[in-house]
Amino acid sequence: MASSSMFGHGNTTPFWTGGPAPGQFYSFPGSQQAAAQTPAQRTLYPVVTGSSVLGIQFEGGVVIAADMLGSYGSLARFRDCPRLFKVNDTTVVGAAGDYADFQYLTNVIEQQVIDEECLNDGFGYTPKSLHCWLTRVLYNRRSKFNPLWNTYIVAGIEDQKPFLGYVDKIGMAYEATSLACGFGAYIALYQVAVITKDGVDIKGPIKSETNWEVAHMIKGYE
Amino acid sequence: MSSIGTGYDLSASQFSPDGRVFQVEYALKAVENSGTAVGIRGKDGVVFGVEKLITSKLYESGDNKRILNVDKHVGAAFAGLNADARHLVERARDEASSYRHSYGDPIPLRHLTERVSGYVHAHTLYSSVRPFGVSIILGSMEQDGPQMYLIDPSGVSWGYHGCAVGKAKQNAKTEIEKLKMKDMTVRELVKEVAKIIYIVHDEVKDKSFDLELSWVGEITGGKHELVPPEVFVEAEKYAKEALEESDDSDEEDL
Amino acid sequence: MASVGMMTSGFSPAMATPGMSFQDMSAEVSTGTTIMATEFDGGVIIGADSRTTTGAYIANRVTDKLTKVTDYIYCCRSGSAADTQAIADIVKYHNDFHRMEMGEEPLVKTVAHMFKQLCYDYRDQLTAGIIVAGWDKRDGGQVYSIPISGMLQKMPFCTGGSGSTYIYGFVDSQFKPKMSKEESLQFVSKAVSLAINRDGSSGGIIRLAAISKDGVERFTLTGDQLPKFYEDS
Repeated sequence: MASSSMFGHGNTTPFWTGGPAPGQFYSFPGSQQAAAQTPAQRTLYPVVTGSSVLGIQFEGGVVIAADMLGSYGSLARFRDCPRLFKVNDTTVVGAAGDYADFQYLTNVIEQQVIDEECLNDGFGYTPKSLHCWLTRVLYNRRSKFNPLWNTYIVAGIEDQKPFLGYVDKIGMAYEATSLACGFGAYIALYQVAVITKDGVDIKGPIKSETNWEVAHMIKGYE
Repeated sequence: MSSIGTGYDLSASQFSPDGRVFQVEYALKAVENSGTAVGIRGKDGVVFGVEKLITSKLYESGDNKRILNVDKHVGAAFAGLNADARHLVERARDEASSYRHSYGDPIPLRHLTERVSGYVHAHTLYSSVRPFGVSIILGSMEQDGPQMYLIDPSGVSWGYHGCAVGKAKQNAKTEIEKLKMKDMTVRELVKEVAKIIYIVHDEVKDKSFDLELSWVGEITGGKHELVPPEVFVEAEKYAKEALEESDDSDEEDL
Repeated sequence: MASVGMMTSGFSPAMATPGMSFQDMSAEVSTGTTIMATEFDGGVIIGADSRTTTGAYIANRVTDKLTKVTDYIYCCRSGSAADTQAIADIVKYHNDFHRMEMGEEPLVKTVAHMFKQLCYDYRDQLTAGIIVAGWDKRDGGQVYSIPISGMLQKMPFCTGGSGSTYIYGFVDSQFKPKMSKEESLQFVSKAVSLAINRDGSSGGIIRLAAISKDGVERFTLTGDQLPKFYEDS
């Protein structure tokens, strides 16, 4: 029999204690997940990181540059981390973000290039095809909630035309005539790659010149 | 081979009463039906040369290469059944790639040879499989110099300074033995290899052939690749001239 | 994963709780550490402090963080003691096979690569900062750094562990390429000693080893043998 105390207005007794409730997770009794209320953790932050990569197209080629610092938080930990990777004579990849992930992907690409060369069919990676492949790899990883924590810039020459493409850790991608990512706070040494029809030329490590003249003109803070 | 047909040649898993595995010996026969392949290891690298017999004019030229890449630094030349060889090379590529993945370094050729010859040998042990009708020469450039190994259908392998497989292997070996390859560069050897292939080619029995030449060494920065067109042309010219000269002197002798 | 003075410092929120209750035995046993390795003319020198902590409690004051992988290759461990011991055991196991298969001593590069492969593949589960150092006949003495994320970097010298942050200035100013073995031993013991003085999670004694074509020579600096600085006199 329905009593007024059960349905009556102002009754504060919950309708269904211990059961599913709107807006809350519910664990079935005896389920394995009952113990683990916290979600599984995956790569949640980059550790040793690289910063800026810059790319600019010019008449007949592309320049891409990156500094060689591997930061550990705000600590300038590794000073000799090349972040430009020559894929072949037409293609260079530069990366910002987690350096371990960059090394991982570099190894994958290196093996792909060997497999490709073994076929000996005259085909190889082009900037466009590599850029396209990268979007798939990065999007795939983010869809598994396990992203490769990098931003990649692909530079090269294809069909006598310069190519410059961008892909980030969620697989977002675009092409542009000039690209930049990251921000180098402690740039010490850097590399520059110039890609023209004659091939890839990676210069560096180069030391950057700085100018602190302005410091002598400053006294106090007003 | 007097014991042919005595019933002990149907399976690779059975010895004959006099201690032979006939299936393996038949596989060697398959290798000897093939065009000759030559490998020479000089002081700064390895050169491969192959006599690829053309059995029909209707074939697309340049197809079915008999010199292949296994890794950046490793090349393979073979004699025998094409399809068997391609499978074996594919296996070698997997071994090389797996080594790179695990140890972060190019696979040493001695190790690659051990792995591949172990695989070849496994196919001489079971009744359910056929041995490989292929002899494969592997060559590479490593930190401590050039390396070259030959793997037989039996799964046995040897290291060589110069080797030859295929129908004219005996003639080719005789020619190779005339060379002081230990003091020669690949730039010199590539011409000699071309010459040997031309010398051992049997114009009467086998009409036309394609010459394939590849090298790996300091000259290629440690990468195995087919020789560039200008080197190929030069080597082929040298080979043809040497052949004409010997033909002329043969006539004089008559 | 609450553990004081690990290499995750700066990233782990637990780091921000100094003076964590020392009854907190749920804290991970970790080698809040100073480790170091440097190339010298003919080999490498490795060094480490000897403190292992569980929260603020010193679980072991005479730890040996210099762990043998082969006769010519050692690793210096920092981070979780359990994780790094397990990794070192696995790499050693694989390497013993690799040595037999290849018929010669493994390269330092190869061993470093095996460490990095494990550290990278299981980066989300592991807390391990490892230095691999040793000698091989192809490339001589070499030092490789494998920090938390599982990257791999060859370096002329390298420091690691919570104590390393205090001595960057010292090592950057004092390191010279191609120092002699004796100079390098001095360099490493001074650096580790300075780190011990400033880092609460590092302490105890200094363990050192020199690795060259002749194998390994081990040293232990205790009490009055530790290098002294102005405050100590």
